[in-house]
Amino acid sequence: MLHTINKSPFGNSSFETSARFLQPGDPVLFIEDGVYAVQANNKFSAALNEILKNNPVYALGPDLNARGIAEITAGVKSIEYEGFVELVEEHQVNSWL
Amino acid sequence: MEDDEIVKKIMHVMRKAPHGTIYTYEGLEMVLIMAAYDQDISVAFIDDGVYALKIGQNTEGIEMKGFAKTFGALDGYDVEKLYVDQISLEERGLTEDDLVVDVEILSSAEIGKLMTEQDVVVHH
Amino acid sequence: MDIGILVKEGPYNHQASDTAYKFAKAAMKKGHRIDAVFFYNDGVNNASKDMDPPQDDRHIGNRWVELCQKDKIPMMVCIAAAKRRGIVDDVLIDCGEITGLGNFTDIAIRNDRLMIFGD
Repeated sequence: MLHTINKSPFGNSSFETSARFLQPGDPVLFIEDGVYAVQANNKFSAALNEILKNNPVYALGPDLNARGIAEITAGVKSIEYEGFVELVEEHQVNSWL
Repeated sequence: MEDDEIVKKIMHVMRKAPHGTIYTYEGLEMVLIMAAYDQDISVAFIDDGVYALKIGQNTEGIEMKGFAKTFGALDGYDVEKLYVDQISLEERGLTEDDLVVDVEILSSAEIGKLMTEQDVVVHH
Repeated sequence: MDIGILVKEGPYNHQASDTAYKFAKAAMKKGHRIDAVFFYNDGVNNASKDMDPPQDDRHIGNRWVELCQKDKIPMMVCIAAAKRRGIVDDVLIDCGEITGLGNFTDIAIRNDRLMIFGD
């Protein structure tokens, strides 16, 4: 199951909460303000690294660019809307709002 | 109903407090409509969503419709699978006795596993 | 694949309408079918025909009309959510239709995926 997160982890608990519900192997995609979670060396990098041990993690490139996020946590893949669609082809979707 | 041979597993997730925003109320309205469609419906209460079930809510003074009782009556609509995230409850200093309805209190991992079994998950 | 889309926030106020549109375009480009866009919560404001953003900004209302007219995607507005917010037939975008949550239930049931955007 694909989990999408669209809120900044600094203002909303969706990132920290969703982490408890992830099953091993579930991909996680950060979109919109959610992408602030993957900026390198922030308060949530350690939590993100824990997730990366068991789950593939993606961030929507256009949303990263829009927010000036150039350095992202190692292991996180930046994808385009096309890649978003490909993840949806492979997985049911759980959008944490 | 045109698709009545298909039964899908649909989980609604309440993650927001009940009155400050309309999401939980309109989420409940959606649950009530879907309940008429003979689908396999469940509702999970996570984070501030657990406050929707708190006993003793009196909305008279804010002139909003209270709807905790409606959550309590969902079994009358054949929506019997109500799951509450244990950590969310504990974090808020609540126990099962603080809730208006009998629910299944599960670990986040257990609810997470149920999520992966769904055809549709709708967060409200 | 058949995909239904639910938009839960108003245009401009939230990025949801933009992400939903971009996703729909990308999905169609890859050969998928968008079955319908359903507007709920403040998302019903997406169906207002009176949007008039500055000329150098995207026109979100026109995007929905484009998806409806060119790609034949129904634009459905939840009646209960719309009535609360004063979204009635007179103010609807071309080919917007006010309908019930029963129709949304059908969308959730009959499609391979339901994509949800908003808060």
